[in-house]
Amino acid sequence: MSRKPYERPVSKTTWYMRNGRYRKYMLREVTCLLVGFYSFFAICALAILAEGSPEAWTSFLESQQNGFWITFHALALVYYLVYMTFDWFKLAPKAMPLQLGEQKLADGYIIVAHYVAWIVVTAIIFWLAKVF
Amino acid sequence: MNTRELEIEVLRYDPEQDSEPHFQSYRVECHEDWAILDALNFIKEELDTTLAYRWSCHMMVCGSCGMMVNGEPVLTCKTFVRDLPDRVRIEPLENFPIERDLVVVLDDVMEKFQRAKPYIVRKDPPPEGKEYVQSRSALYKFKQYTMCVNCMCCYAACPQYALDKDFIGPAVLALAHRYNIDSRDQGKSERLDILADHDGVWNCSFVGACSEVCPKSVDPAAALQQMKLDGAKEFWLQKLPGGKS
Repeated sequence: MSRKPYERPVSKTTWYMRNGRYRKYMLREVTCLLVGFYSFFAICALAILAEGSPEAWTSFLESQQNGFWITFHALALVYYLVYMTFDWFKLAPKAMPLQLGEQKLADGYIIVAHYVAWIVVTAIIFWLAKVF
Repeated sequence: MNTRELEIEVLRYDPEQDSEPHFQSYRVECHEDWAILDALNFIKEELDTTLAYRWSCHMMVCGSCGMMVNGEPVLTCKTFVRDLPDRVRIEPLENFPIERDLVVVLDDVMEKFQRAKPYIVRKDPPPEGKEYVQSRSALYKFKQYTMCVNCMCCYAACPQYALDKDFIGPAVLALAHRYNIDSRDQGKSERLDILADHDGVWNCSFVGACSEVCPKSVDPAAALQQMKLDGAKEFWLQKLPGGKS
């Protein structure tokens, strides 16, 4: 008797529609578009700043102060927090488990440590930027 | 004893007659305390002796009864009728070729298991006339990975393996990690080809489905991320002046 195994086809373009787990993963990965956008945005802002003209910089800042851009930045922030920051911090204990003697340190401590580090770094950046 | 009639749709494939698989439906009066494997055994014994599937222990140890039940990779001995709706669809594990009915071809992962050298590799001679000494804390570092029963549910859940069969995959990499962090082992450098290669840990995009479906609560996704960190650390240590090559 000869073997004739059957290979089930897998769609290279729609595989992530197979279940909710994959769709959630793709929502997380889509944040790369936001990262791309904000990298471009930051380069543009730096280029305007580098011109050395206070008028150009003020006009750039003013261009962002309307309903569309404020809503866009707010939505982008929420999306990024939900699908990137929260997700990655939740997964951090998997990549860096800590064992104290025979006991594994509870995941919660590692997750909280990440949030604390995040807040401290943000505060330092805000302080350097003279936000407060 | 409470019973409930289930409509069980089973993916059938006879390599000698079929060009592709098709679903066959069975109506089975199931006891509520049955596992879905009991329902398959009932079909095999009472309704259709031609049905092919793997099982052995019926107690989550042998790892041979892994199948897709309503789209989820599970051990059928651990999936109970009382937790399922009236209509149940059973398919062979995803991402593997179908040998016949619910039996899949596992040759690919078996070959990958061998490449992982899943045994203690020693460079120094083993202690003479006595056993290796290992502290409990050293044991607990890897103990969860020893719980794997090679059911391959993690491969069925892994979209990366679905798209790229060269990917070494979750169970094999977790097993390699298990030996790498075993204090008795000295074979880490010999497992580097599956650790550092593109088909190794770096092909994992951390979907995490492998750990979510594992019926033995092993966390292969964690093992892979730890291996990535370890690999990155080794890489940069080598770049330092006087770094080992």
